[in-house]
Amino acid sequence: MKRFTELYWRLDGTASITEKVAALRDYFAAAPAADAAAALAVLSGGRQLRSISTVQLREWAAAATGYPAWLVEECYAHVGDLAETLALLLPECDSPAASASDLGLAEAMQTTIHDLRGADDARKREVVTAVWQRLAPRERIVWHKLLTGGLRVGVSRTLVARALAELADVEQAEMAHRLMGEPPADGAAFTRLLAPEETTTDSRRPYPFFLASALDRTLVEHVAEDLGGVTAWQAEWKWDGMRAQLVRRGDDVTVWSRGEELVNDAFTEIVAAGGSLPEGTVLDGELLAVRDGQLLPFAMLSKRASRKRVTKKILAEVPCVFVAYDLLEQGGIDLRQQPLVQRRRWLEALVATPFTDLLAGTASADAGRIFLSPLVTGDSWAELAVCRAESRSRGVEGLMLKRLSSPYAVGRTKGDWWKWKVEPLEIDAVILYAQAGHGRRAGLHSDYTLGLWHDGKLVTVAKAYSGLTDAEIVEIDRIVRATTLEKHGPVRICTPTLVMQLAFEGVSLSTRHKSGVAVRFPRIIRWRKDKEPADAGTLADLKRMIATDG
Amino acid sequence: MIDLPACRSGIFSERAVSDLLVVTESGLYCEQGDFYIDPWRRVPRAVITHAHADHARAGCDRYLCATEGKLVLRSRIGGGAPIDTLRRGESMSINGVKVSLHPAGHLLGSAQVRVEHGGTTWVVTGDYKLHHDPTCASFEHVPCDVFVTESTFGLPVYRWQSPDEIAAEINAWWRANRDAGRTSVLLAYSLGKAQRLAAMVDPSIGPIVAHGAVMKLVEAYRASGVRLPPIDRVPPRARRVGDGRALVIAPPSVLGSSWLNLFGESSVAMASGWMMLRGVRRRRGFDKGFAVSDHADFPGLLAAIDATGARRVLATHGFSDALARYLRESRGLDAAVLPTRFTGEATPDAAATGDDDDVSDAEGNENDAPATEAP
Repeated sequence: MKRFTELYWRLDGTASITEKVAALRDYFAAAPAADAAAALAVLSGGRQLRSISTVQLREWAAAATGYPAWLVEECYAHVGDLAETLALLLPECDSPAASASDLGLAEAMQTTIHDLRGADDARKREVVTAVWQRLAPRERIVWHKLLTGGLRVGVSRTLVARALAELADVEQAEMAHRLMGEPPADGAAFTRLLAPEETTTDSRRPYPFFLASALDRTLVEHVAEDLGGVTAWQAEWKWDGMRAQLVRRGDDVTVWSRGEELVNDAFTEIVAAGGSLPEGTVLDGELLAVRDGQLLPFAMLSKRASRKRVTKKILAEVPCVFVAYDLLEQGGIDLRQQPLVQRRRWLEALVATPFTDLLAGTASADAGRIFLSPLVTGDSWAELAVCRAESRSRGVEGLMLKRLSSPYAVGRTKGDWWKWKVEPLEIDAVILYAQAGHGRRAGLHSDYTLGLWHDGKLVTVAKAYSGLTDAEIVEIDRIVRATTLEKHGPVRICTPTLVMQLAFEGVSLSTRHKSGVAVRFPRIIRWRKDKEPADAGTLADLKRMIATDG
Repeated sequence: MIDLPACRSGIFSERAVSDLLVVTESGLYCEQGDFYIDPWRRVPRAVITHAHADHARAGCDRYLCATEGKLVLRSRIGGGAPIDTLRRGESMSINGVKVSLHPAGHLLGSAQVRVEHGGTTWVVTGDYKLHHDPTCASFEHVPCDVFVTESTFGLPVYRWQSPDEIAAEINAWWRANRDAGRTSVLLAYSLGKAQRLAAMVDPSIGPIVAHGAVMKLVEAYRASGVRLPPIDRVPPRARRVGDGRALVIAPPSVLGSSWLNLFGESSVAMASGWMMLRGVRRRRGFDKGFAVSDHADFPGLLAAIDATGARRVLATHGFSDALARYLRESRGLDAAVLPTRFTGEATPDAAATGDDDDVSDAEGNENDAPATEAP
C-alpha cells in the first residue's frame, strides 16, 4: 500500500504530464509484478465493486473516533470526500511497528477488499478496524477509496500506455493496443505485457478507439478555413448511441464499449449477429436502440447497457442494432494504416444495408442487426451545413467529418476526425439549490439545480455541474453561503439571485423534475451577471422547444 | 455582512442584561468598563487581542494591547492614537473593571483578555494556538466563568502535525527545490505566519528572502526583540532575484502577479491550516500545501476550553455551530455561538487568497495587495 499510496499522491500533486508519466514509470518499474497488475486494473478505471457500504463505514468510523454521527456528517459536508474525511477523523495508529509493516497492493486488494464481499458484518468490521490500525492517514484515504470503489486517479489510458511503453521500450501505439481489453489478471500477465515482443495475444482484444475532436464552428467560412476543401472529407450523421467495437475472431464474438468494458451480456442480439461476420473481422461503430423503425431515446439504451442479464422483455422493448462506420481488421489483417476511403470501400462490401433503410422501413432488423453508417453527401460546406441543421429533427447530434486519406489513429489525435455538433438549445435559468462538489471542488458549492418560471414560481428543470471557471465557482460559493435559506446536509436552498445561461441538447417530458420536463446534457455556458431572476426563462419557453425539437 | 437580530437590539441573548460583555453594533462591549474588545468600528476605547486586520481597526481614540505587541499594532493602525500596554501578570482597572492580558500564542503580542467584575470572570481569546511558536509567548490557560473562544478550525478533521514535523516537511521541500535549482516560494499571511515560518525553517539550506509586506513586519518583530534568521529584502526594481536556492516568503496576494517572475523557475507552496484538505490544495493550484496554522486545531480548542473550567462557552468564527453543539452534548456545557460581524462560516478559498486563516475583509489591511485569484 505504501508504494501505491506514494504513486497516488505523486499523481495528485502534479498537473504536469511529464511528471505523471515519470511517476507511473517509477511505480511500475519498482512494484512487484502482482502489485503492478493490481494497480493497472485500478488505473484502467474499470468498474470497481464496493465491498462495503459507505453507511457502514461511516458508522464504524464514528464509533472508532467517539464522535457523534452528526459531527462526522458535518465534517463530510465540509471536506466533500468521504474517504478523506474518515482518514482525517480516525485516531492515529497507536503502534508505529504495525504501521511500518507494509501490505502489498495485490494482497491488500485481495484480503481486505475482495474477500470482504459476502462476508458478514462482524467480519467486515473486524478487518476494517484492523486495517485502520495499520495504515497512516495518507494510506487510509487511498484504501478507503479502493474499499468503496471510488478511486479515481487523474491519468488517462494514454498516459498509462506511454509510461508502460517507455518501460517496455516499445511503441506507444503498440502498448495501447496490448492494454486493450481486460487488464492483466496477475503478475505473470503483467510481465508478459512488458515483453519486447508479444508472446500471446487475446483473440478477443479490441483496438484502441480513435476519438474525434469537437469542431466549434458555426460559420461555413470558418469550417472551410479549418478543414480545407469539402472533397477531402467524408461526412456521416453523428448518432446518439454508444460507441462500440464488434470483434469476431475464431469462435469468439465480443462487443466492447469505449470504456473497454466487455458488454456481451447486455447486447446478446449483437453478439449473435456478429457470428455471421467472417472470421478475423473488427468493426467500429455505434450501438443504437431502434423499435419499429423508430430511434429510441439514449436513456433507454443506457438503461439497457447497465443490465447484467437481458430478459426477453427487454429485448423486445429496447431492441438494438450495430451501425458500423469503420473496418479495422479483415481476414485477421490490421487495416488501421489504410486510408479511410479504402477501409470504407471494404466496409461497404461487407455490410451492405444502410441504417437509414431501417429507419425508413425499407429494411428489417430481423435479417441482421448490423447496418452501415450512411454517408451524408454535399458538394460544399454550405450544403453540409444545411444537412447539419436538420440534425435535431432526425434525432442525431450533428455530423461527423473524417478525412478520406486518414489512417485509424489511436486516442484523440487531432486533425482527421471531427464532430460537428448542432448548436445547443439555450435558456436562462436561476440557481435554486447548490450542493458541495467533490474531488477538486470538495467543499465548494459547485453543483447547481436550476429553475424556470411557472405560474409566478420557480420550478426546477435541470442539474448542471460544469461550465464555470474556478474563480466564478469560488465567487458563487460565497454568494450561496450568504443567501442560504435552508441547509439539507450538503444541499443548500438559496434565495434566487444567480442567473445562468444554460445550454442543452434536447428537451423531453419527464417525471424526474417538478416541472415535468427534462433537458439532455445540461451545462452552464455563462453566468449572466447582467440579469435578474425575473429576467429568466419560463417553463412555457422550454416546453415550446419540445415541439421544435422533434 | 449578515443581518443579525442580536446586532439590531444590541444584545445577543436574554441574559445579556446581566452579562459583563455583550455584542453591539460596534463589537464586543463591556458596559461597566465602557470599553470594547476588538471593535469593528471606531470607538473611544479599544482593547486589542492582536494586530490582524479583522481584530485591530484603525481610528479608535485609545488602544490597549500587550506590551510585546505595541510596535506591531502601531505599524498596522498608524500614528496618532495612544496605545496603552499591559505586561504579563499586570492588571489595570478600567472604570472599576479589572482587565489583564495573557498570551494567546497566535502571534507576537497576541493576548487573551481577562475581564473581572462583581465576582464574575470572562476570558476572550481572540485567535490562539497551543503549539509552540518561537516568535511569541505560549498560550496561557486562564481559569474563568465564561470563555469566549475562537472556533476557526472547530471540526475534528482539523488536527495539526507537530511543529517539528511540519518544519521537517518544509525543509525537505526547500532542499529538494534547491537541489533542482528551483526557487521555493512559500505563501503565508504577512503578519505572524511569515515570521513564524522564517523562525521554523533551517536557514542553513539557503538564503531567506521576503516580500516587502512581510519585511515591514519582520522589522517590527526584530525591534520588539524577536530573534529571526537573516532575511533579505527583494530589492526594488530588481529584474531577477536569487539563483534558485532561496526560500521566498510572500503574502498570497502575489499569486498570479508578475512579481513571482522575479524568481525564475519556482515551486509555490501555501502555508495555511486550510491546506489540510486535498480539495482546497488542488483547486488553488499550489504545487504544495503545508497545513501549518496559528489557530488551535480541534483537540487544541477542546484542551483550552477544558482547562478554563468555564461552565459557559461562547464560540466565534468558523465552525462555531458545530463546536458549541459538541460542547453541549459531550460536556454538558452552556455553549452557544457568539455572533460576529464576519460571516459565521469559514471559507477556505477566501482564506487561501486573502488574509489569514480567518475570513476577513480587505479593509484596513493596507500591508497586503488586494487578493487576486490564481490563474
